[in-house]
Amino acid sequence: MKLLVLIGRTVLHGFETVGSLSVFSGQALAHGVRPPIYLRLIGMQMLEIGFYSLPVVGLTAIFTGMVLALQTFNAAARFNAESTIATVVVLSMTRELGPVLAGLMTAGRVGAAIAAEIGTMRVTEQIDALTTLSTSPFKYLVMPRVIAGVTMLPFLVLVADIIGVMGGYLVSIHKLGFNPAAYLKNTFDYLETMDVVSGLVKAAVFGFLITLMGCYQGYHSRGGAQGVGAAATNAVVSASILILAANYLITEFFFAR
Amino acid sequence: MTRATPKIELADLHVAFGANRVLQGLDLTIAAGESVVIIGGSGSGKSVLLKCILGLLEPSRGRIRIDGEDVTRLSGAERQTVMRKFGMLFQGAALFDSLPVWENVAFGLIQGDKMARPNARRIALEKLAQVGLGADVAELGPAELSGGMKKRVGLARAIARQPEIIFFDEPTTGLDPIMGDVIDRLIVKCRTELGATTLSITHDMASARRIADRIAMLYQGRIVWDGPVATIDRSGNPYVDQFINGRAEGPIQMAVSAA
Repeated sequence: MKLLVLIGRTVLHGFETVGSLSVFSGQALAHGVRPPIYLRLIGMQMLEIGFYSLPVVGLTAIFTGMVLALQTFNAAARFNAESTIATVVVLSMTRELGPVLAGLMTAGRVGAAIAAEIGTMRVTEQIDALTTLSTSPFKYLVMPRVIAGVTMLPFLVLVADIIGVMGGYLVSIHKLGFNPAAYLKNTFDYLETMDVVSGLVKAAVFGFLITLMGCYQGYHSRGGAQGVGAAATNAVVSASILILAANYLITEFFFAR
Repeated sequence: MTRATPKIELADLHVAFGANRVLQGLDLTIAAGESVVIIGGSGSGKSVLLKCILGLLEPSRGRIRIDGEDVTRLSGAERQTVMRKFGMLFQGAALFDSLPVWENVAFGLIQGDKMARPNARRIALEKLAQVGLGADVAELGPAELSGGMKKRVGLARAIARQPEIIFFDEPTTGLDPIMGDVIDRLIVKCRTELGATTLSITHDMASARRIADRIAMLYQGRIVWDGPVATIDRSGNPYVDQFINGRAEGPIQMAVSAA
């Protein structure tokens, strides 16, 4: 009997969370299309989410590109297909690894920071203070972050794609002895616009999910430092899971035959 | 003779969080220009009451009227228009960490009233001077201020838009007695200068006596006594007597578990 109660409670809590998140998303989007638009805050968030995430995304991309080249060479050598390395690296980076890794790394860095900042504002009554000063927390706190996330993640992914391909190039040329001109030719010959565009669409969706989950968890945090800590953890975990789930759906939308 | 419309009118207000019924049919009327202090123990629902009036919490039942207008379930632009009448000093001051002191004070002017930043800064400096803080404080961050200075900045922010109604949530909590007296005097001074209606909540009786025209006692979600500050010592109400004398024995039973 206790097991049934536990299952029922978990299911109800799940529905409650989905409902609450849907209302939150709706409010965030509704506020986003009505003035005032806080351009200064959007600019600051673009700097925070985009520019300051460049080192972590860049490092992740370059090592991933390097490992990808090594692993592909190792595997392709078994059936004499070493020349496919350049194509495998560029397609893997642009279609999958660039967006997903940049998304996950940004979720860890930005999602937690957003949840912690807004969560602290919640428990110290700063969000209530905003309301008493005739300012909507959705417009002032949520929308600048969501807009910055949606616009800056594609930029980060584009940089990750370029750096990742460059990592694969460095290993292939300097360690595996490939011809630079042939490697570059193989890289661009099989790359199609849709490979890059699908990755950028994924990035925009991931940016929305990361910032939305950070804002949602922070906005609903309760109970002081422990609550803020839990909000930061939940923001990263929920954004990561949603990124992976959304990644499958978008991939199916673009590439399923 | 017609009766003047009350500034704030609360009728049969109920608020519950799950099974915890915090307000249970609260009635309170505050006239324009009056200073009312609500006293009551920790967890008695004083802060919840303020948040209900401000629209931060929605009551499950009852009516809230401001200047005769029902504001119980206002939202969006209508709520923001009503909020223009209010100023609020939060218990922990609730200053925005990311902004310097002057922008905290000018926040409502810049964001709410769309005032140009140079004008808003000039007014912020005037308000800071009004609460005894110099221009040298204006560029500091909230983290660089003492508790008393934070309260003063919070007070300057609360009065910056010249509100008709000001709420004070535990204005002297966490301050030494001298700074508490300073804050109380500032509250009385600001209220007199603005001619505002004020509603304060506290369990500091010395503070309540200094700033109130009228005191109301909140217990178990209802107002159990309401009268002029001068009569509180002879209220004849056992709840009030126990509270103002700080006695453990009496009708108010605190949830205390012995180790």
